[in-house]
Amino acid sequence: MAITKKETEHVAKLARLKFSDEELDEFSVQLDKIIQYVDKLNEIVTENIEPTAHIVPIHNVLREDEVKPSMDREKILMNAPYKENGCFKVPKVIE
Amino acid sequence: MMEYQAVIGLEVHAELLTDTKIFCNCTTKFGGEPNTHVCPVCLGLPGALPVLNKKVVEYAIKAGLALNCEIAEYSKMDRKNYFYPDLPKAYQISQYDLPLCSKGYIEIESDGKTKKIGITRIHIEEDAGKLIHENVEGTLVDYNRGGIPLIEIVSEPDMSTPEEAYNYLVKLKSILEYTEVSDCKMQEGSLRVDTNISVMPVGSTKFGTKVELKNLNSFKAVQKSLEYEINRQIKALKEGENIIQETRRWNEVKGITEPMRSKEEAHDYRYFPEPDLVPIIVSKEWKEKIKNELPEMPYHKKERFIKMYGIPEYDAEIITSSKRMASFFEECTKEYSSYKSISNWIMGEMSRLMNETGQEIEDVIIKPEQMVKLLKLIDEGTITGTIAKTVFEEMYKSGMDPDKIVEEKGLRQVNDEEELRKIAQKIIADNPKSVEDYKNGKEKAIGYLVGQMMKATKGKANPQMTTQLLKEELSK
Amino acid sequence: MELYKYKIHELNGLLRKKEISSQEIVKSYLNRIKDIEPSIDAFITILEDEALENAKKADEKIKNGQIKDLTGIPVVIKDNISTEGIRTTCASKMLENYIPPYNATVVERLLEDGAIILGKSNMDEFAMGSSTETSAFKTTKNPWDLTKVPGGSSGGSAACVAADETAFSLGSDTGGSIRQPASLCGIVGMKPTYGLVSRYGLIAFASSLDQIGPFTKDVTDCAIVLNSIAGHDTKDSTSVNSKPSDYTEFLKNDIKGMKIGIADEFFKEGLNEGVKNEVLNAINLFKQLGAEIIDISLPYVDYALSAYYIIASAEASSNLARYDGIRYGHIAEKYEDLIDMYMVTRSEGFGKEVKRRIMLGTYALSSGYYDAYYKKALKVRTLIKNDYDKAFEKCDLIVGPTSPTTAFSIGEKVDDPLAMYLADIYTVPVNIAGLPGISLPCGMVDGLPVGLQIVGKHFDEGKLLNAAYVFEKAKNFNAKPALGGVI
Repeated sequence: MAITKKETEHVAKLARLKFSDEELDEFSVQLDKIIQYVDKLNEIVTENIEPTAHIVPIHNVLREDEVKPSMDREKILMNAPYKENGCFKVPKVIE
Repeated sequence: MMEYQAVIGLEVHAELLTDTKIFCNCTTKFGGEPNTHVCPVCLGLPGALPVLNKKVVEYAIKAGLALNCEIAEYSKMDRKNYFYPDLPKAYQISQYDLPLCSKGYIEIESDGKTKKIGITRIHIEEDAGKLIHENVEGTLVDYNRGGIPLIEIVSEPDMSTPEEAYNYLVKLKSILEYTEVSDCKMQEGSLRVDTNISVMPVGSTKFGTKVELKNLNSFKAVQKSLEYEINRQIKALKEGENIIQETRRWNEVKGITEPMRSKEEAHDYRYFPEPDLVPIIVSKEWKEKIKNELPEMPYHKKERFIKMYGIPEYDAEIITSSKRMASFFEECTKEYSSYKSISNWIMGEMSRLMNETGQEIEDVIIKPEQMVKLLKLIDEGTITGTIAKTVFEEMYKSGMDPDKIVEEKGLRQVNDEEELRKIAQKIIADNPKSVEDYKNGKEKAIGYLVGQMMKATKGKANPQMTTQLLKEELSK
Repeated sequence: MELYKYKIHELNGLLRKKEISSQEIVKSYLNRIKDIEPSIDAFITILEDEALENAKKADEKIKNGQIKDLTGIPVVIKDNISTEGIRTTCASKMLENYIPPYNATVVERLLEDGAIILGKSNMDEFAMGSSTETSAFKTTKNPWDLTKVPGGSSGGSAACVAADETAFSLGSDTGGSIRQPASLCGIVGMKPTYGLVSRYGLIAFASSLDQIGPFTKDVTDCAIVLNSIAGHDTKDSTSVNSKPSDYTEFLKNDIKGMKIGIADEFFKEGLNEGVKNEVLNAINLFKQLGAEIIDISLPYVDYALSAYYIIASAEASSNLARYDGIRYGHIAEKYEDLIDMYMVTRSEGFGKEVKRRIMLGTYALSSGYYDAYYKKALKVRTLIKNDYDKAFEKCDLIVGPTSPTTAFSIGEKVDDPLAMYLADIYTVPVNIAGLPGISLPCGMVDGLPVGLQIVGKHFDEGKLLNAAYVFEKAKNFNAKPALGGVI
């Protein structure tokens, strides 16, 4: 067993996903299968291998510090379901 | 009885003074209507991509060099993943294991000695938006601040007292101001401080449980909160309790730390290298170029001031702690060579008024030329030293030239011997007891009479003449 | 011949000669769409009025002598590429009503070159899938057999080109999502070198693997589209400044002396016999055309799929975290508090496959597992890249099957995620190594097309197009899809 139902639940919380009990069972089984497949990677010895995070060998892509016009606020808020006073609106956040 | 010592580390976030945000060309200007300094990139719209601001990297390197850090030859950006409404991409682009700067230090005064406080690392990252809680049935979000560039400066846990923490912050602010990468104004939010504090028995090598303190709005608050927290922890340990690793909030009003209301689960940030940005390589040449562009640092300026202007170390330390103040001083020296007088006025009256009004040197409207004019007026005898303080206070409030103030308010020093003699005679006539005391050998009684003359002339009587004339009249 | 059957360069020729107008072209395609779209279901959004308006403007330009290679030519854009003012859904309930306020860079470039957007095409939800069955809205049918899948995730883009519903389309390829549908639909599809085409505006799935590329009816058209969309973009930090001036210059008739590498790893079990034969025939054809066939080995390629699913899912779990309904997209109506709002919104908005990958990705990055999974996968990536580097010392191009099978049936693999993942086994290593790859038809098995995959060195699209062009000419694949009887 590569991943338990409890671990699946924990991962779901981290990812902000909610599952019913049946869904959790189903997902847990599927994930387990997939993780067992990708565990294949453990067959390879990678002690002295450097990880490749970027396949393009470029670096220092930098831009000048020049102000350009921002986007119209109307466009910025266009797709928001709830807005007020030019702001996005969310349920009360407790700090 | 077990004695305890404190172990303190500070995490400082400073906003960088670039014109544009870290990953897009939106302005960083403060203020502005909500969500008017926003674009697809800093809003995190699907499909938008970040492009790193060169100046952010340069400023971070500048700060690192000024803080004696090693600059990483190879550095990269990482994603820090968590969910919160002020974080539009649900990840912050920051640096995790390969920060731009590391292994630096600041020297502070502690107990009359110099102590080195290590700086573990400095890295660049983006700021989040702002949550507005005024609205009762929900929270509003403004992303103008989202994407503003920050440097995070993490100290080694080298501080042992709240006072050292305070001194560290004062020194850090001073150095950062000198580099001009940040204006470090805690009240405006361009400087934020969190602290980590634990206690352990004196002589122990095993650190105690760390507590993080947040909601610190001034350097003094940092000091006070640490004082409170250290006592709280020691008291708890002495009563056999365990210290819980947690984040506590400083309650300025009550003067206590309290656990944060929401029970936060420990964050698993799932850091991984940011795939949308490529690594940063800082060549020797680039580093040297930035190093050469560093302005004179506070320590060197202090030494130079002592040498060039002959002011005492104490004065030099305070004046050079702020770049603006040092530059104000130095401007004055161009037209006026009684350097100690200049420093006396800066450290005396100017500092007093700054404290009273809660202002910083940046807010002071008096110009160096005006300061010099005032000093010359005193030297010329146009006004007395006492009156000068009144004039200075007016200069501070209105920014008016000292000679204009003197004229408008009729504050010229009275140097007319005849006029003064007449007043002296009246004072003597009006205060027989003091006169008798003086004649009976109480030298000090003349002080009262001088005071009365000052009162009568509204402080304008020439002090030396006043004393002399009184003595003359009294001997008659 | 009806205008909708023509290729880009043919239409362009007729426009230049003023024998036809752009409006006629667009009308022809719109009628075609009316006829067969109910059977194909390739589109999520069709822009009838806008397309005709823009065709009118294009005709004005052409009248004034302003005509480029794509002026007045209709294009369909995969629905994960941002189009300003036009709904862009990623085939997900999460973005069902999302309207981007900006254009992706590739869209800007196509518009600048005069292309006319005909509509947005169906896809697997958030580009996660190999059959276009995970779309929240509809399942696209393969024009060759309406009971079969068109491939994925760019199934809609492939189907509409194969069915002549458009002159060309754009797709995106993260693990094979252009090449595999091209193979299953019998058309040309290309994934450029990572960094050649700007990703700005492409709604991200896996940032270090995603690339946008063209679906076309032939190789010449492919070169023309590449000319328009390729090239450095200051808005994309991973875009590279490496583009020759004109890819059509590489469409030469000769490949004599070209070294073609064949790797055993792509001919193992799992490969359908019929597909294998067509591909071996294709390799023989290359030999006859003067190329030299070389044996190469890519030993770590067997691990590419595992590494891919870890890397892609990890990046996806982070890229999709922004969908919380606050600024755009679906938002839940009933929830208890803020955290619950996030959970309900995301659980309602995402389909099963997307959730699976988000879970897998979150797991692979989580505390305690990062080294064993994500970091490990990045190391395996290095090994795979090294394999290709070594192979390319001996050859110019690598040739093999694009997909282990022809189009499979709708519903056949949808309940077995792992079986579905194996559909990408030949295409995924190419994304891992960031190399350019093209798929073009090389034969038929039981009435369904077979795709040949050609892979080149970084930024060597020229050689790739050259080889594909010569093969295409020699093979002369001219079968057309049955469209369920509607021709």
